[in-house]
Amino acid sequence: MTMSGKPLLTVEDLRVTFPTRTGDVQAVRGVSFALGRERLGIVGESGSGKSQTGRAIMGLTPGHAKISARKLAFGDRDLLRMRASERRHLRGKKVAMILQDPKYSLNPVMTIGRQIVETLKTHERISTSAAKARALAMLEAVQINDPERVFSLYPHEVSGGMGQRAMIAMMLVCGPELLIADEPTSALDVTVQLEVLDILDRLVADRGMGLIFISHDLRLVSSFCDRVIVMYAGRIVEELPAANLADAQHPYTRGLLNCLPTIGSDRHPLPVLDRKPEWAL
Amino acid sequence: MTSALSIRDMVVIYDEFTALDHVSFDIGAGESFGIVGESGSGKSTLLRAVSGLASFDQGTLTVNGHSYSGRKRDKEFYRTVQMVFQDPYGSLHPRQTVDRLLLEPLLIHGFTDIETRINRALDEVGLGSGFRFRYSHQLSGGQRQRIAIARALILEPKILLLDEPTSALDASIQAEILNLLEQARRDRNLTFVMVSHDLGVISHMCERLAVMKNGKVVETVPRKALENREFSADYTRQLLVASEGFRRG
Ligand SMILES: Nc1ncnc2c1ncn2[C@@H]1O[C@H](COP(=O)(O)OP(=O)(O)O)[C@@H](O)[C@H]1O
Ligand SMILES: Nc1ncnc2c1ncn2[C@@H]1O[C@H](COP(=O)(O)OP(=O)(O)O)[C@@H](O)[C@H]1O
Ligand SMILES: [Mg+2]
Ligand SMILES: [Mg+2]
Repeated sequence: MTMSGKPLLTVEDLRVTFPTRTGDVQAVRGVSFALGRERLGIVGESGSGKSQTGRAIMGLTPGHAKISARKLAFGDRDLLRMRASERRHLRGKKVAMILQDPKYSLNPVMTIGRQIVETLKTHERISTSAAKARALAMLEAVQINDPERVFSLYPHEVSGGMGQRAMIAMMLVCGPELLIADEPTSALDVTVQLEVLDILDRLVADRGMGLIFISHDLRLVSSFCDRVIVMYAGRIVEELPAANLADAQHPYTRGLLNCLPTIGSDRHPLPVLDRKPEWAL
Repeated sequence: MTSALSIRDMVVIYDEFTALDHVSFDIGAGESFGIVGESGSGKSTLLRAVSGLASFDQGTLTVNGHSYSGRKRDKEFYRTVQMVFQDPYGSLHPRQTVDRLLLEPLLIHGFTDIETRINRALDEVGLGSGFRFRYSHQLSGGQRQRIAIARALILEPKILLLDEPTSALDASIQAEILNLLEQARRDRNLTFVMVSHDLGVISHMCERLAVMKNGKVVETVPRKALENREFSADYTRQLLVASEGFRRG
């Protein structure tokens, strides 16, 4: 919650439905939560509706899908009723999203620096030289050692970890209040993953942003966030403080935690999930 | 211990780039041996060179007493060694039926009791004969990986090369596949060479493991060494720390 007690984001009974030839696919089925300036994790297996929840908040739901909510608000602003141009302005300026693979968000034919400068100029009245200075400072803030050099490189010329840092720089350069990170490090090697998370963690704390961290990795999410929402088949089945993960009640959450092989625990065979049809009701 | 698989100073060079740099180890019959390392460290290159999918430029490879070089492998080799890949989407033709996928290796190797073998293989991987005439594109990721395992086991090999067999799967499906692999290994006294970037998976499945970096083996240690932190390479420690998840500094 913010200081005033007003949430940064309010989601009530969010639904996203895809019409398909074989009938409607209900990707998100009545998701509700409120977010303050905190770190909220959304976990669940693939297909549980995590990304579609994030995309609905961003206003990036595919055009043919049906979206509805009792309330979807950024502060006091109604996201579902606002004009498309206003929504576009909000996106990038106040609300930003980082995706798993920078390949899909960075423009391959534009240098990294130019993309960050363009992002700034789209959202702020700023001179090119001031924008360049801000871009370089932002590249430095994501711990890129030689920002001048990386500024002039194309996305394919940098490693996965560097690309993801550039992506974070681009998304945060306008100073958004809410950041949605959808599997931001899942494509990275474990050691690089921790470096990137560390950078993200510090930026979120220093700037007092609200963060929604989406991941299939329950342990990772709970080590990074304050609060965790667990999704199954388009719904929230459990919500708990990240520190109390061990006290999870829902058999799905407990099952997800138990089925992971870990060093030093000798469990043969590994416990498997016994999915119950009622979980998806 | 008799070795099932022995690799000596194996080198693989792509153009100028040395992807595998004098890699050696011996794997005992019935052993489960793990290989961990980050992407690009040469894990897949190693398995591909052993299986004959890629050739190796230097070194020796001995399997069950037979020596092999380059990428030439005889039928005998494939009766002994089979491989399972990470991506069951890439390794199974989507427009083929399960029946066709399992039939192919049997025909190549001149088996006659085809009906029995296909049904037995489907039972063994927990799918049952009801799956026999489905197309692989109609299967989930976990089911495809079961088919890939059935196809590898149907020739009754002695050694399985497993390249990240569960990395593309959800955690709960991963647990099912790991259990299936362990059961098959126990039932058939198989030798495993299993590659993964996940130390938890390797320490669960393997008795010994090699840590790879930049095409080289950094060190080879028993599973217990991870638990007791009795290893010498700093890189192994880095991987171990990273596998424990995020810590706020
Ligand atoms: N374009 C689409 N058409 C039909 N169904 C879709 C589409 N995009 C997503 N879905 C469905 O929505 C569900 C949730 O997807 P998603 O939010 O991407 O899951 P997650 O991010 O948790 O893996 C899935 O079952 C998926 O099949
Ligand atoms: N066919 C190829 N041609 C050129 N380089 C290759 C080829 N296959 C792999 N490499 C390179 O060899 C290195 C090791 O790759 P790989 O064995 O796939 O690593 P891993 O499986 O450990 O992620 C990588 O740098 C990769 O780019
Ligand atoms: Mg997703
Ligand atoms: Mg590989």
